[in-house]
Amino acid sequence: MAAAAGALRRLARCGPQQVGSGRLPPPAPLSAGSALTPVPVSPQGLGRRLLLLRRGIHGSAPAAVQVTVRDALNQALDEELERDERVFLLGEEVAQYDGAYKISRGLWKKYGDKRIIDTPISEMGFTGIAVGAAMAGLRPICEFMTFNFSMQAIDQVINSASKTLYMSAGMMPVPVVFRGPNGASAGVGAQHSQCFAAWYGHCPGLKVVSPWSSEDAKGLLKASVRDDNPVVMLENELIYGVPFEMSEEAQSKDFLVPIGKAKIERQGTHVTLVSHSRSVGHCLEAAAVLVKEGVECEVINLRTIRPMDVESIEASVVKTNHLITVEGGWPQFGVGAEICARIMEGPAFNYLDAPAVRLTGADVPMPYAKILEENCLPQVKDIIFAVKKILNI
Amino acid sequence: MRKMLLAALSRVLQGPAAAAARPVSRVVVASRNYADFASEATFDIKKCDLHRLEEGPPGTAVLTREEGLRYYKTMQTIRRMELKSDQLYKQKIIRGFCHLYDGQEACCVGLEAAIKPTDHLITAYRAHGYAYTRGTSVREILAELTGRKGGCAKGKGGSMHLYAQNFYGGNGIVGAQVPLGAGIALACKYFGKDEICLTLYGDGAANQGQIFETYNMAALWKLPCIFICENNRYGMGTSVERAAASTDYYKRGDYIPGIRVDGMDILCVREATKFAAEHCRSGKGPILMELQTYRYHGHSMSDPGISYRTREEIQEVRSKSDPITLLKDRILNNSLSSVEELKEIDVEVRKEIEEAAQFATTDPEPPLEELCNHIYKNEPPFEVRGPSQWIKYKSVG
Repeated sequence: MAAAAGALRRLARCGPQQVGSGRLPPPAPLSAGSALTPVPVSPQGLGRRLLLLRRGIHGSAPAAVQVTVRDALNQALDEELERDERVFLLGEEVAQYDGAYKISRGLWKKYGDKRIIDTPISEMGFTGIAVGAAMAGLRPICEFMTFNFSMQAIDQVINSASKTLYMSAGMMPVPVVFRGPNGASAGVGAQHSQCFAAWYGHCPGLKVVSPWSSEDAKGLLKASVRDDNPVVMLENELIYGVPFEMSEEAQSKDFLVPIGKAKIERQGTHVTLVSHSRSVGHCLEAAAVLVKEGVECEVINLRTIRPMDVESIEASVVKTNHLITVEGGWPQFGVGAEICARIMEGPAFNYLDAPAVRLTGADVPMPYAKILEENCLPQVKDIIFAVKKILNI
Repeated sequence: MRKMLLAALSRVLQGPAAAAARPVSRVVVASRNYADFASEATFDIKKCDLHRLEEGPPGTAVLTREEGLRYYKTMQTIRRMELKSDQLYKQKIIRGFCHLYDGQEACCVGLEAAIKPTDHLITAYRAHGYAYTRGTSVREILAELTGRKGGCAKGKGGSMHLYAQNFYGGNGIVGAQVPLGAGIALACKYFGKDEICLTLYGDGAANQGQIFETYNMAALWKLPCIFICENNRYGMGTSVERAAASTDYYKRGDYIPGIRVDGMDILCVREATKFAAEHCRSGKGPILMELQTYRYHGHSMSDPGISYRTREEIQEVRSKSDPITLLKDRILNNSLSSVEELKEIDVEVRKEIEEAAQFATTDPEPPLEELCNHIYKNEPPFEVRGPSQWIKYKSVG
């Protein structure tokens, strides 16, 4: 009863607000090879050439441009390789194949064998090599074709990378970045669909980031490379091809997204939706549907899993009194579970009008069949259902 | 089965009159004496390179007519099944990952010809051929690829996770299947039933550390394990020269004896496997076989396969070393069969594949209740959480 009354109060009080340059990507993603654009050759020229043609078509802010997450990552890699000679990339198929998912397209041609290294299929070995190189003063970017394969090398990530600064009382930093696609893709089965946010987020000494938009991807990758600590960057294969608007500021070579700071993608007053990676897009879609029914969702894009920006979540909950977390990973000991625990420990608990809700992947290994897979991940309809349930509408 | 095949073939060849009530046994005898076909032929096969072995597999092999037809049909079935999978993938009816085996048929058919159904086999993700030779029907394989309830894993596994009796998949993580294979071999030794395990991996996987750990333990404990490296020259987009300091994969077991085999010649594969199986069964411990083979498709359906190798190379292998053509030529040149008889088999195979594809595209998807089953074995029913606390499933087995 009290919860419903609270909800009605807030419905009466506020109207919708939108801040930030975050916008839903257009429904039909345009790729680099679309009929409108001549296919550019250099990765960094891609975004800029797209800009010139698309400016008029979309009527967006003059200097903003549509850039896919793939191209944003490519730009970030290119810029950081150029800026600091100690930076190099290693992993399977990153050089001559242009990257298994084409993230490192063109880089081997530009930087050569010394800076872009194709490894054999030896995760434990090359991860250890990356960590050792970082200990000796280089700044490696170690790519896992997917984070599922990082399990083979996880000892090097946790025991060798994350703990060494501590064990050496500050003497031996390990400035390495581990990056690659994380979580479910489409129909890749149980061994290729696991989300590792909770696994890596569990470990002190590691920083763990999880970008959603192109801005996130570029800014976080650059920040990760410049960070002196081991950083795990959890990308998502399904978003690689999705274009997002990037402001002029975001296109600059010194654009960084701070690690440890969440972003309010959409302001709202009735419920807080906290998410990371692909689920952020689902939250925004749900919010767009719910606004028609007068419900204003505040959507928070975590951006960083560890260190988690709990303050942003708390401030939001104080405002909205309702909390829903959304993630692709499994429920037990997950990101949502951690958020709920932290909220209980802090001031925001007293502002909750209803227990917090977690939407997660189903608690099963990922099945292959399409209908089963769809029901194993939180969909937009699940978010809408949860919002209405928590608001009693 | 054999008699039925021969009987059917001879009935066809002898015309409609022969189909009238002639007892089966008399028909079989008649076809065995059928003057135009030899009952067997002997072939010289390539000598294998040996590592830490005084003697290797024989330099000649005998192929009977029956074997020739059987191998031909099996390889052709696998070839057509893979091409059908290619088609279904491009139509987006198969999703996710799809790693095709066309070009490598002599390996799986040759291996199976040398072992018993009670022996064990495990491989990586390029497994459709093995699922078939180990006893799964084309229907069940294709229906698994299309994610339907009639699939061999009820649609829950997909292309990389096909399993059968004494066939342990179908494994997605490169190299992880090798220690598993040694474990199966340990169980074989433990149970004392004279069974062995064939443990397969690719040239790319050969650089995985866990494989060397496995070599050590298999040799130490004399496990009845045949390690088989299917070297198709490329680990995804990386050629063997760029991935391995030593490309003599048959030597990389170091203290484990090894044989390098022409993997495009089914008789070579069969004889080498017979030799290796005997080695294991006699208690001498593990042995390593490198099968030199080739895949026509790229690494998977998302790899066009021509950025790291030339079309000319692919064409050359197809025209000079195709395993099915090699067998066919041997059969025809030695009167083991005729062009017409082989064409009959082609027609049969095509029909089987079409029917299987029809099933695979029309069978329904698994029911939602299947989502939560098979998490635990022998566990009383329990609740499984879905994407939210309000979506619950009951796991019943």
